[in-house]
Amino acid sequence: MTATLLRREPPETPAEASSRRLTERVFRIRESGIIVVLALFVAVTAGVQHRFISDTNIQFILVNTTIYALLALGETMVVISRNVDLSVGSVLGMSAYLSADLFGGHHGIPIPLVFAAGLGIGLGWGIVNGLLVAAGRVPSLVVTLATLYIIRGVDILIVGGGMVTANTLPASFTGIPKSTLLGIPDLAIAVAVVVAAGAYYLRSFRSGRELYAIGSNPEAARLTGLPIGKRVLFAFAVSGAIAGVAGVLWAAQYGTVDSTAGTGYELTVITAVVVGGVAIFGGSGSVVGAALGALLLATINSALYVLGVSDFWDQAIFGFLLILAITIDRIISVKLTAALRLRSTRRGT
Amino acid sequence: MEKESPGVPSGQGSQDASRAAEAPGFARAAEAEAPGSAESSPVLVLEHAAKSFGAVHALVDGSIELYGGEAHALVGENGAGKSTLVKILAGVYQPDAGTLLVNSEAVTLHSPAMARAAGIAVIYQEPALFPDLTVAENMFIGRQPLTSGRRIDRRAMRAEAAAIFGTLGVQLDPARIARGLSIADQQVVEIGKAISLDARIIVMDEPTAALSATEVNRLFDVVRALRAAGAAVLFISHRIEEIFAICQRVTVMRDGRQVLTRELDGLVAGDLVRAMVGRELSQQPAEAPAGPGEALLNVERLTREGVFTDVSFTVRAGEIVALAGLVGSGRSEVARAVFGIDRYDAGTVTLRGHALRRGSPTAAMSAGLGFVPEDRRQQGLVMEMSVQQNVALASMHSLRRGGLIRAAAEHALAADWATRLRIKYGRLTDPVSMLSGGNQQKVVLAKWLARKPRLLIVDEPTRGIDVATKAEVHHLLSQLAHDGVGILMISSELPEVLRVSDRILVMREGRLAAEYSRAEATEEGIMSAATGQLDGGSQP
Repeated sequence: MTATLLRREPPETPAEASSRRLTERVFRIRESGIIVVLALFVAVTAGVQHRFISDTNIQFILVNTTIYALLALGETMVVISRNVDLSVGSVLGMSAYLSADLFGGHHGIPIPLVFAAGLGIGLGWGIVNGLLVAAGRVPSLVVTLATLYIIRGVDILIVGGGMVTANTLPASFTGIPKSTLLGIPDLAIAVAVVVAAGAYYLRSFRSGRELYAIGSNPEAARLTGLPIGKRVLFAFAVSGAIAGVAGVLWAAQYGTVDSTAGTGYELTVITAVVVGGVAIFGGSGSVVGAALGALLLATINSALYVLGVSDFWDQAIFGFLLILAITIDRIISVKLTAALRLRSTRRGT
Repeated sequence: MEKESPGVPSGQGSQDASRAAEAPGFARAAEAEAPGSAESSPVLVLEHAAKSFGAVHALVDGSIELYGGEAHALVGENGAGKSTLVKILAGVYQPDAGTLLVNSEAVTLHSPAMARAAGIAVIYQEPALFPDLTVAENMFIGRQPLTSGRRIDRRAMRAEAAAIFGTLGVQLDPARIARGLSIADQQVVEIGKAISLDARIIVMDEPTAALSATEVNRLFDVVRALRAAGAAVLFISHRIEEIFAICQRVTVMRDGRQVLTRELDGLVAGDLVRAMVGRELSQQPAEAPAGPGEALLNVERLTREGVFTDVSFTVRAGEIVALAGLVGSGRSEVARAVFGIDRYDAGTVTLRGHALRRGSPTAAMSAGLGFVPEDRRQQGLVMEMSVQQNVALASMHSLRRGGLIRAAAEHALAADWATRLRIKYGRLTDPVSMLSGGNQQKVVLAKWLARKPRLLIVDEPTRGIDVATKAEVHHLLSQLAHDGVGILMISSELPEVLRVSDRILVMREGRLAAEYSRAEATEEGIMSAATGQLDGGSQP
């Protein structure tokens, strides 16, 4: 990954490509910035505690990243369209419990079917969110805050005081997060593929670009006749579906599922997305950046654990990172706008 | 189109080649209809369109007929129904009554997409682009050229955009993002989009309001290119001289009705103004200045790196000083720095001998400075708030009792100013967004006048305002000066500058380039100072 980032740009003639080059370089800097911070954390922590970079710990971090990176993918699509999905944690929780519970009720149920069930649950809630936002024209912050509570409430009703424990789950299921390919967790590979597919979709397909357009200027999107409702509904549906699948993975990873699973995940995911360089008011950012953001948060989490620092610092550092990211984005955006404006006026005379 | 090879930077190699090629839609248009072809049937006919919003009859009887190859002016005061008519053509509003024929076929436009499909494109005064997307993407969003795999073909998209800019004779990098484009460039992007859509009817809603003279000339060249290609251009402007310069026919609207449609040949400006306002309009300059008083505002060697340099001037009591120059010459930036909105690196600003603190609008306000910004919707008004709240916004301190705003006092203040400035409104508690542009501008003025400023900075005070209201605003400024207020006015409209101001400062590239008294100022003089005598406004 670093190899491509460090690759020098091919020479271009200045006039045509200068401003494109400028913007692309900025985004490249933005993403490599995360990698630098990441490298810094790894280096410092490894210097103090060598076991931080042991195979098992790296695998542990990668597996921990997967759920957040997945959720960040869906969240990024929503945020790019100038919306937000606060319900992902609750969706994850409900999906985790219901899917894990399937193993208890139906012995020998095929694992793909359980994943399909989780996906279906998430998709359903995603569509509910999307319809309320797109057709009901209610701000997504309010809609998904409401569904955050509603879904969690329903979950608590279903679960009651009970829980699914690891011993009711088949070993083939709980083994999913543990299986590796050449030392890399299968899950991490799968998620990397999914994130790459998401990035490709957003970059190269009309409907993907339209999500950016909608977030960049909703009024213009309306005047241009873009199918705003459809696209926003789709983004929420994807976010929900992904949260559903993430719930199944959560059950596989932790084994014990009660009604609190996934509580607060939405905020961590949004942190990852913003730290990853996605503009919170939509229009710009990439899913790769968001996934890197998730990786950074998981790494910091593990680093602090390895260093024996209290959990409290975790949250403080996440908050600090968030402010840092927003500050950097703000500075970049101001400088970039000034540079681009200058270009427009200079050429205009 | 050649496939991208790994070594070649994307979008680079093919661009020069494709610029030579014609934009397909444009070329087709040129063949279809020779420029100025004899009276054929109109490409667009709107008859007896009506539209009401609640009790407000925005459009009572709107009719318009457009022929291919003509630039047709649509004029009228604010509130005459032009904007409503435009939005009907754009598919944004659906008329309550009336028929619309495009190419002799009855159409109903339920959405902007349907208007586009019918070949109608609307260029708004301030185009709504997607700032985060590239110029090419802005033009092609929703219908980008695709490769066989249904992926976006960026290379083809950029080449097509470049070809269209080529035919329009403008230079614009299709691959840059739209953020930071000047308004003139943004309009070019919209026009390019219209061409790529093969639009036959192009509606320009006050396109020149925010443009400098050079940019206006470039736009006129573009309009001529569109006409030559057989497109019909509906051109809306409050600047009568522009209408005579570029249009062949005119439709005048008043109070939601079409009152006149004819050839411009044989008409003079006064005829149009009469038709618009339904009465004679006094054109004499308002009261002669009372002679400049004491120096109010002293700006000494004000410098902001890269924006403006060494700007020094004085505004006296009872004097109207115009800050002229091209858009982008630093006029507004100087004004913003004086008022404390923007920082500056060096220099001093003093008001009546007291230095103003840098970067503090609050200090400027309490020293007696008022600032009517250029962009009233973004910077001058809180659109969701009521008329009276907006008027009272800058006078809160005098309306307060025990920390609470007294609603009755607020209402009285607003009612007083609304009468004085003749603001047309339904109720003072209606949101200010319901007022027409000219009346919104009056609300912004009222907001500052209510503070009784000693010095008022007005940035483009009559931008997008109809002639009658414009005359009222001019009269009001003269009246204020007569009462001893100093006024610093920024304006891109030379007739306005020459008519209203006592002294004219011309800026060019961030510096003061010239100063004229009212007596010695001429349009030519100001223009050559503003452009550095290089291009007197004409551009290829």
